Amino acid sequence: MTSNSLVYLIALPLFGATVLLLAGRRSDKWGHIFGTLMSASSFAVGVYLFIQMLGNSDGQRAMTQKLFNWISVGSFQVDAGLLVDQLSICFVLLITGVGTLIHIYSIAYMSHDLDRRRFFAYLNFFIAAMLLLVLGDSYLNLYVGWEGVGLASYLLIGFWNQKPTYATAAKKAFVANRVGDMGLSLAIMIAFATLGTVSFDGVKEHASHASTGALTAIGIMLLVAATGKSAQFPLQAWLGDAMAGPTPVSALIHAATMVTAGVYLITRSNFIFDLAPNAQLAVAVIGVITLLFGAIIGMAKDDIKKALAASTMSQIGYMVLGAGLGPAGYAFAIMHLLTHGFFKAGMFLGAGSVMHGMNDEVNMRRYGGLRKFMPITFATFGLGYLAIIGVPPFAGFYSKDKIIEVAFNAGGIKGITLGSAALLGAMITAFYMTRVVILTFAGSKRWDDKAHPHESPFLMWAPMVLLAFGSVASGFFFSRGDSLKNWLEPVVGGHMAHEAELLSPAVVSILALVLVVIGVGFAIIKYLLNEVPQVAPTDVTVFTKIARRDLLQDDFNEAVFMRPGQAITRGLQTADTTLIDGAVRGVGRFAVGAGNILRTTQTGFVRSYALWILVGAIGLVATIWVVTL
Amino acid sequence: MNMLTSLMLLPLIGALLISAIPTTKSLLAKQMTLLTTILVAVGVIVMTLRFDRGKTDLQFVETHSWIPTFGINYSVGVDGIALVLILLSALLAPIVVLSGWNESNGGRWSAKTFYILVLVLETMIIGVFSANDLFLFYVFFEAMLIPVYFLIGGYGTGQRNAAAVKFLIYSLFGGLLMLASIIGLYVLSGEQGAHTFNINALSQLQMSSTTQNLLFLGFFIAFAIKAPLWPLHTWLPDAAQSATPGTSVLLLGILDKVGTFGMIRYCLTLFPEASKTFTPMILVLAVISIIYGAFLAIGQKDLKRLIAFTSISHFGFITMGIFAMTSQGHSGATLYMFNHGFSTAALFIVGGWMMSRRGSSKISDFGGLQRVTPVMAWTFFFAGMSSLALPGLSSFVSEFLVLVGTYTRYPVAAIIGTFGIVLAALYILIPIQRSLHGPTMPGNEALSDLNVREKIAIAPVIAVIIGLGFYPSPLLNIINPASTHTITQAGFTDPLAQIDPKAGK
Amino acid sequence: MNPANYLYISALLFTIGAIGVVVRRNAIVIFMCVELMLNACNLAFVTFARINGNLDGQVVAFFTMVVAACEVVVGLAIIVTIYRSRRSASVDDASLLKR
Repeated sequence: MTSNSLVYLIALPLFGATVLLLAGRRSDKWGHIFGTLMSASSFAVGVYLFIQMLGNSDGQRAMTQKLFNWISVGSFQVDAGLLVDQLSICFVLLITGVGTLIHIYSIAYMSHDLDRRRFFAYLNFFIAAMLLLVLGDSYLNLYVGWEGVGLASYLLIGFWNQKPTYATAAKKAFVANRVGDMGLSLAIMIAFATLGTVSFDGVKEHASHASTGALTAIGIMLLVAATGKSAQFPLQAWLGDAMAGPTPVSALIHAATMVTAGVYLITRSNFIFDLAPNAQLAVAVIGVITLLFGAIIGMAKDDIKKALAASTMSQIGYMVLGAGLGPAGYAFAIMHLLTHGFFKAGMFLGAGSVMHGMNDEVNMRRYGGLRKFMPITFATFGLGYLAIIGVPPFAGFYSKDKIIEVAFNAGGIKGITLGSAALLGAMITAFYMTRVVILTFAGSKRWDDKAHPHESPFLMWAPMVLLAFGSVASGFFFSRGDSLKNWLEPVVGGHMAHEAELLSPAVVSILALVLVVIGVGFAIIKYLLNEVPQVAPTDVTVFTKIARRDLLQDDFNEAVFMRPGQAITRGLQTADTTLIDGAVRGVGRFAVGAGNILRTTQTGFVRSYALWILVGAIGLVATIWVVTL
Repeated sequence: MNMLTSLMLLPLIGALLISAIPTTKSLLAKQMTLLTTILVAVGVIVMTLRFDRGKTDLQFVETHSWIPTFGINYSVGVDGIALVLILLSALLAPIVVLSGWNESNGGRWSAKTFYILVLVLETMIIGVFSANDLFLFYVFFEAMLIPVYFLIGGYGTGQRNAAAVKFLIYSLFGGLLMLASIIGLYVLSGEQGAHTFNINALSQLQMSSTTQNLLFLGFFIAFAIKAPLWPLHTWLPDAAQSATPGTSVLLLGILDKVGTFGMIRYCLTLFPEASKTFTPMILVLAVISIIYGAFLAIGQKDLKRLIAFTSISHFGFITMGIFAMTSQGHSGATLYMFNHGFSTAALFIVGGWMMSRRGSSKISDFGGLQRVTPVMAWTFFFAGMSSLALPGLSSFVSEFLVLVGTYTRYPVAAIIGTFGIVLAALYILIPIQRSLHGPTMPGNEALSDLNVREKIAIAPVIAVIIGLGFYPSPLLNIINPASTHTITQAGFTDPLAQIDPKAGK
Repeated sequence: MNPANYLYISALLFTIGAIGVVVRRNAIVIFMCVELMLNACNLAFVTFARINGNLDGQVVAFFTMVVAACEVVVGLAIIVTIYRSRRSASVDDASLLKR
């Protein structure tokens, strides 16, 4: 089916960004309203398309729109085309829906910032780029959105770039993303060289004819791309620093939408991964590593935003794990992605609300007992908390437990390893999230008298309340009658023949719940029943120290990439000036030197010249004589 | 008279008229130069519209006998590749004049002389791209050096004399080798029929492989110096550092394209066998250029040198695309030449404004410009994004085409080349962070933002970069037939996909 | 008479002139020695014309004379100018081209 309205999804926010950037200061007065309106109208278009899709039968739901022929050289043909199907509409609604809520939130949150208009321009630009990412009908179109969101993230992380550390964080995010982008461009190149096409349809159609080796290569490269964008191991280091951006940005880009693009990419490429089991296994392994990695970092962070960022990394690990489990897992990966979009965005907004009331303090050891001062923030944050740790019937319970269950049922050693790791992650999640909630909202006050904690204005708490609804109900809604799974089936493939289940859903749920209770219990003992010091204690085990240093991720990158890179740069610079340019200058110096030596024969005495002429003449005659003799 | 010839004469006439006005009236000279270059640009645009995209042979051909004794003709004509490059030159010229309105003031000679040199250079650039006679090409190729030499040496900054001499000697050295090869071809043509410099006739010559290899090297080294390919690049950073920003745009944006253009037009057409022989070696050099240029750009402390090294990296991509011998690689490389012209122009022009306001080209002297001069900072940021080939901007299309085209035949080269896109992020973001972000450095507080003239000058550049990023077809449609033709002539066909999409199922 | 004798005289005159150029310092004397060498060549040319029985050598001799005349004009002018400015006609004093 074709539809002419797809382009408006992207065009509206893009128009908003353009107007706000070009109009400059003139639009300061109405820029935030305009930006929010553009995002909201894009959401309206999304809802319209969704309703249209609901009215169609299962196989007819995908809609396409071809805009123009973008690149056409020889057999390399790429159209600027859009595609909305059951998978992308989920994202469209999430991006524009949560995006609009966060626009509204930002009106209040950024009200004191002189550059609020520019902030809304960037937000609109992000929405447009993210929509292009999920709507592109080929890998190359996706790539445009992929780097577009990277740029938006760079601009927004560095929104307060007059602070050098923030500017550095932005740069770090961009470079880490570029490493991932390199993977994506290689994947596209391999796809074109083996399959002769880069459109999703074409790749899907011909993938079965390609060799497993080529498909594995494409899969691994796509995984590299996903690790960059979704902050998965080993390209995860940028996410923590990315919290330098304003909190609404952390909520929208670094929790709900952009960082989940990797999961989208893997799910979208299911036709490749399903034919390349090794690549698929790699996806699952990366997911498991990251979910533990992020959870461990989350336990050690005192900065509320960084703790949430570590949690995001860990939760995306769950999604990647789900996506790495094949057709059985895709739907649950997407379900977790959607529920996570609600509860994590809600919690980030909550964190922003707390910071708003606490003079931008982010250290949780300086909070404490805030539930009395910020009841709404506490309530919404608490609902998000219940969702993330997986307490039934909140959203996370449905999505996360399903992923754990599918992991266990993946079969053999693989299933047991992945499943137990995911279970362990659930326990750690319960611990660190309880820690965040206790440190912030419970216990006694640990802040200065300078802070006057207060509830945030309506424009801020209204989006939080709406998101809290999502955290409560979305999981139930998506899993009721497997609605999401059936909805996605035409895109990601159906359930394979049921293998013997290792653990039944009930067993997994009970196991998970027990572990969660243990995790929560530990946290309560450690932080609620004991005094929390205002300054982080230094007499801690070496493990805690390592966890506080983000499991040495920055030290590793610095030692392995930065330092050698700088050394190479310096070495090449020296080589360039001394060797290559030195050789060039050497030629010049040789000419000058030779001239200097030969110059000494020019004495200026006419008679010596005459003598040389004479000698030359005699020599000439002698030579002729000898030769003719 | 033919369009090409008229367009070549137009700047020359302008230069003559300007030479007649008094030295003191420099404003009039500027206005006349601007008018002339705009007229040329309009003419070239008209010519582009009248160009028949369906044909692969040369168009707008005009031939007159010049020195019949040696079989030398005045013969011009363009194919799609040449046309695109002429279009690039004609579009950039007025932008250079307008953006560097006050550039000629600090020179050794009068402003008038500066603009005469620029116009003469424009004539020669159009000539060198449209020449269809090897001798005529050589004349333009060498004569081009003279105005550039004076532009660098007379109006530059710092060690301008040394840089100008270095540039000249490097280029003359390459030109000399090429001259030897040209004479070799001429002699060969005499042995196999009539003495001629006609390129079509020369491409039919029979040569032993040794002869072909030697003659090829003569041409290739000359072009590799022009295009700067590692390790023949060291003149470029010095020249760019010393030249005025406008001159740098002309030099890096347009003049250096003669090198890569020559590789397509002369190396591949005249010596297809030798090109095949040397391809692996050249690809290695190209890949080294990409990585090496990028690393050196990361380490530069001077903004102008940094831009020069980024260009070395970009020229590596172009050369790689050319010698990948696929239609994607070729079209990508040609499009890359066009796009690189614009993105480098943007970098140099905006960078030039920053430097002239601050009075320094050291990156560490800047800082926090985003607060002080937001519009200038934005345009510089935009130029940087274009240089790192952000998707949606024109350079992405060309860079990706080059990489895809290379991958289908030489995957290893393409994979290593892909690392260049990570390094590009570093060499662009590091100077952007140092100059635009962070607290405002002392000495920058009073810098003024772009004025109306400057905004008018940079707007078309930005428009072209965005426009071609989303809709490159107008140029690709011109380039494609020519690049396919070149590849077929060199005896190559695109490698087929391992799975043929049409034969699937 | 044997024409070879003229050649011997020519060689003798040339040698005298050459030695004079190298040994003497006075510019005027050197100049005269150069003239002597030119005329030695003239003699040789004329002799060869006689030996070969054609006029080529004689034609060249006329050329040489014309050149010599021109040279005298220019050369003497230079010497006089140098003498005026430096009060010396020694060629060793006029070594300004060094460095």
